[in-house]
Amino acid sequence: MSETTPSDSVGLVSPHIAKCDTPFTFTNGAVLSGHELVYETYGELNSAGDNAVLICHALSGSHHAAGFHSGDDRRPGWWDLAIGPGKPIDTERLFVVCSNNLGCCDGSSGPNTLNPDTGAPWGGGFPQPQVKDWVRSQKWLAEYLGIPRWAAVIGGSLGGMQALQWAIDFPDWVENCVALAAAPGLTAQNIAFNEIARHAILSDPDWCEGNYLAQGAQPTRGVALARMVGHLTYMSADGMSDRFGRELREDSFAPGDNAEWVFQVESYLRHQGSRFSTQFDANTYVLMTRALDLFDLAAGHNGDLIAALSNARANFLVASFSSDWRFPPQRSIEIRDALMAAGRPVTYANIETDNGHDGFLLPNLHYEQLLKGWMQRVGPS
Amino acid sequence: MNRLDLKTVLAWITPGSRVLDLGCGDGTFLARLREERGAHGVGVDIDPENLIASVSKGLDVVQEDINDGLHCFTTNSFDVVVLAHALQELTHPHIALQRMVDIGDEAIVSFPNFGHWRCRAHLGLKGRMPMSRAMPRHWYDTPNIHFCTVKDFESLCSELKIDIVERATIAGPAQALLGRWFPNLFASSAIYRIRRAGA
Repeated sequence: MSETTPSDSVGLVSPHIAKCDTPFTFTNGAVLSGHELVYETYGELNSAGDNAVLICHALSGSHHAAGFHSGDDRRPGWWDLAIGPGKPIDTERLFVVCSNNLGCCDGSSGPNTLNPDTGAPWGGGFPQPQVKDWVRSQKWLAEYLGIPRWAAVIGGSLGGMQALQWAIDFPDWVENCVALAAAPGLTAQNIAFNEIARHAILSDPDWCEGNYLAQGAQPTRGVALARMVGHLTYMSADGMSDRFGRELREDSFAPGDNAEWVFQVESYLRHQGSRFSTQFDANTYVLMTRALDLFDLAAGHNGDLIAALSNARANFLVASFSSDWRFPPQRSIEIRDALMAAGRPVTYANIETDNGHDGFLLPNLHYEQLLKGWMQRVGPS
Repeated sequence: MNRLDLKTVLAWITPGSRVLDLGCGDGTFLARLREERGAHGVGVDIDPENLIASVSKGLDVVQEDINDGLHCFTTNSFDVVVLAHALQELTHPHIALQRMVDIGDEAIVSFPNFGHWRCRAHLGLKGRMPMSRAMPRHWYDTPNIHFCTVKDFESLCSELKIDIVERATIAGPAQALLGRWFPNLFASSAIYRIRRAGA
């Protein structure tokens, strides 16, 4: 954080921990006797409790969605673009909650936390969560926080899918729902990319069948490669050409320079992979990508998306990003059309951008104005 | 939509109707419809600025190209489908009209009348494509690619088996009656309520 906090920032924030002492049963039957969820909040819950908004994070996101953790924090939360005083998700009006999903690695119970029954890290033994499980655990959190219902549940990518699942599973809890760069389920190609990522991790000699923490190892090479593949699919070809083109790294081909990477794009991908591999837990990456693969909004309704969405009571904002090829506009259009056929109010926009799937995280005037304009209907007027 | 159009269309819409506005622009019409007729409106527009202006008014808008066939809307999903002064901009006006009367129990269409005497005089006497305050663009850069006359429109409706329920005309102050009696010559624009034949 710079010396002076920008006036549209939520400023310094700290995470909180909610301890749940009642058993939590996963969709796959596994049970946690107790668990913890780490979360952050921005803004104030009003006395009527009708201004609460839930933010669902994406694959590698966390509860830290906005603001700074300390005075020398260089990067704000992952969605600082959208959350803050006067921003689209206006913390002067709304009470914003963002929690780290169960099974993640940023403080909520997950593979890198201790299994109370053994006293050792969960490692590969942590149960496989599904999106529906996260929704149920967040409902527990909402009740814990004294929130009667969400004025909106909002998310991008995996978070957008979670927001849609909320609207279906607890229709009376979700007044408005925002799904950005989402899909009703993954395609074979999506699953294939996730499998490449998992394979990279599982074939790292330091993987140790998922019990690397107990062995004092870290499969950083596998995680870095998984992230490089993933990151590549979040960018668009045009966006990469604009940003990197065929630019060479400084000193490339200089006398005595034997670096194995010469192009800027190589250097960038390596940097992304290596930074991520020291920050993100390998087991979590495997669990998250599986949760994505298993996600299917229409499951339980014989594959009928319209029937699935007919339960919902929310107003919807569905937005796609023109150059997103991971979850392309057509996938959002499937959601939109099913919502319209189910008789739900829906606004749909396809944001013109070169930012690819990452478009929902990056600055874009039309995107920010659209979200801000639509969000005016959320919460007490 | 100009003010005279708006007045006529508002009067034709039953309070509480579900209305689909094709080419909703900044949402002014749908917002008035909501306030004055308690109608539940949905807009369609392709322009991002229009989308932002409309959602900021609390409206629901779908970003879609009307020329793509409006397949996202199911048959009979709206009471009224409105297309105000945009018919002449469409790639296939006849397909859009057919879709409109399928999607809505009723459709309302307005368009500038190319058979108006001024247009005829412009073309007949000057030998140039008509330009006016309402049609300020040159033939080569106008979005209006499918102009028609009142007669053309009515004959297309009959070909498409679309019934004309009601017609209103807009004419200059001195020509209001002439516009009503001889619409093809004196109406500067025309507004129609149409529906599927036998519906």
